[in-house]
Amino acid sequence: MTRPTKAQHGLTRRHFMATAAAAALIFGLFSGTSHVMAAETIKVAGVYTVPVEQQWVSRLHKAANAAAERGDVDYTYSENVSNTDYARVMREYAESGYQLIIGEAFAVEQEARDVAAEYPEIAFLLGSSFKEDPALPNFAVFDNYIQDASYLTGIIAGAMTETGNVGLIGGFPIPEVNRLMNAFMAGVRETRPDAKFQVSFIGSWFDPPAAKETAFAMIENGADMLYAERFGVSDAAKEKGVLAIGNVIDTQSQYPDTVVASAVWNFQPTLDKAIEEVRAGTFKAADYGVYSYMKEGGAELAPLGTFEGKVPQEAMDLVASRKAEILSGAYTVEINDKEPKSQ
Amino acid sequence: MDIFDILMTASFWTAAIRIASPLIFATLGELICERAGVLNLGIEGIMVAGAFAGWMAVYSGLGLWPGVLVAFLVGMGFGLIHSVLTVPFGLSQHVIGLGVTLLATSSTYYAYRLALPEVTSPPSIMPFQPLKIPFLSDIPLVGPALFAQTPLTYLAFIMVAVVAIILYRTPLGLAVRASGENPAAVAAQGLSVTAIRMGAVMIGSGLMAVGGAFLTLSAFNSFFFEMVNGRGWICIALVVFGAWKPGKALLGAILFAAFDAAQIRIQQTPIGADIPYQVFLMLPYFLSILALVVMSRRAEVPAALMVPFNKGER
Repeated sequence: MTRPTKAQHGLTRRHFMATAAAAALIFGLFSGTSHVMAAETIKVAGVYTVPVEQQWVSRLHKAANAAAERGDVDYTYSENVSNTDYARVMREYAESGYQLIIGEAFAVEQEARDVAAEYPEIAFLLGSSFKEDPALPNFAVFDNYIQDASYLTGIIAGAMTETGNVGLIGGFPIPEVNRLMNAFMAGVRETRPDAKFQVSFIGSWFDPPAAKETAFAMIENGADMLYAERFGVSDAAKEKGVLAIGNVIDTQSQYPDTVVASAVWNFQPTLDKAIEEVRAGTFKAADYGVYSYMKEGGAELAPLGTFEGKVPQEAMDLVASRKAEILSGAYTVEINDKEPKSQ
Repeated sequence: MDIFDILMTASFWTAAIRIASPLIFATLGELICERAGVLNLGIEGIMVAGAFAGWMAVYSGLGLWPGVLVAFLVGMGFGLIHSVLTVPFGLSQHVIGLGVTLLATSSTYYAYRLALPEVTSPPSIMPFQPLKIPFLSDIPLVGPALFAQTPLTYLAFIMVAVVAIILYRTPLGLAVRASGENPAAVAAQGLSVTAIRMGAVMIGSGLMAVGGAFLTLSAFNSFFFEMVNGRGWICIALVVFGAWKPGKALLGAILFAAFDAAQIRIQQTPIGADIPYQVFLMLPYFLSILALVVMSRRAEVPAALMVPFNKGER
């Protein structure tokens, strides 16, 4: 009795699939015509492991809100989702009709890919330390490839440090963090070839008191310029009267006498590209990292604010010429994902 | 700079005392609970709640000291939940403790989002500033480390003395200690073990919350959801390290913090360049375990720790 049931079941499922495919085709034809009249609103869901105030996630949130204001997307999000719960929340959105799911797969690389494989009709665009997989066509990756901007802030930092001793404090040495630190260090060497670097990782993304303590230790050890990868570093710099460089977000207004320059990430080009692909039905496995490049408008040097005019002109000239070269493609900032060391 | 030079700098000891301060409060809190016979694993969550409550109170316009009081009261509230379930109901202290940690962290986050629905970057307050004590802060090495801290650090040290005096020099302290050693004897004296244990857990939880509030009101100036970052669990170990004695627990907290302050600095020495940074981050925990092994051999565990007391039961 079991076998016929199975066969029957198989038949119905095949039948259902055929119907669904036909329906999709008809729908496709209709939505094809509607494209001409008005661009389709894409339902986008964000799944974040941290609150939306966190630097990295805040950029995604901001871009998605902007897209929602333009009327391109319906945007909703879940924040502070623990990694153990991440797959469940992804599934929940996948089941409830969202077409594009954005977020971060850094701690759930395999699980996120498994969920994506279960929902081949939904587009997943997740931050990842790995590359796309052609066998998983609905799963695209991105990351904040803002090494261009980090490099430019390095040029400014090298010109502004007096002791030539620069401290870098990061959370964990993952590719995203290493890449930007290495680019920053390369920039510093342009204007300060003899610079000495102190590099520390605090082993946590959210421990501002620990980041601050580490920054204090570096300042005692001679650093007068800090690379603030984490919250807490600029606070120590402010208290001790040394300078800092911001990363991912612009913190000039919060630390007007401390933060000289910031390398800002703009997620908009990445998200807009994904929206466009989903609309056209051409979303596929790809590395969206390139849309964070300066050329694409994904990275920029924040306005210097109160430090306008205080940075040596030679350095600003170098920044301007390198920026032009980066935009024209004449100069490429090296992408180096290796863990930086004190030197 | 080599390791010896690092140990001889005042800034190193200043950092060690600063790092130790939240641990001192929370360790004292846990110590009081355990001395009364109740293991309080709610500590990590209560510290989160305290960090938020104290900060939120100041952010909404209260002064810094009222903020500390608010944190203390919120801690007592979670202590009440914990103690009702573990003392009169006699439920598993492990399960309830972890439950309180989960409840406190998640309800804190809920409250945070209700209070601040749309913020782009975490707002900040004006935290406690270091208060130099005249003359004493001029003593080399010890002066800046002990007498140029924020008022909340001074309070931590004062609390060690207060708790020690109450525990060992007052009838109340005797009753608390006896509840953790031989609750039947306490009951035979006509005292309520239930009331003593519940009171101890509530006061202890209040102190844990103040430890959390140190992070947002003194060590830093804004609240981050995961900023307690396991400090509560360290304090559970520090109580054992301190053999359930306030003075020794204080030493343990300072020792752990000194290891932490040292590892940050050793990372920047020539040795640090060759060793992966994870080894340094592990160092304070590793050395604390070693010290724990040595110290706890002669430690006397409160005899009735984790043993529920039912009046009249034999």
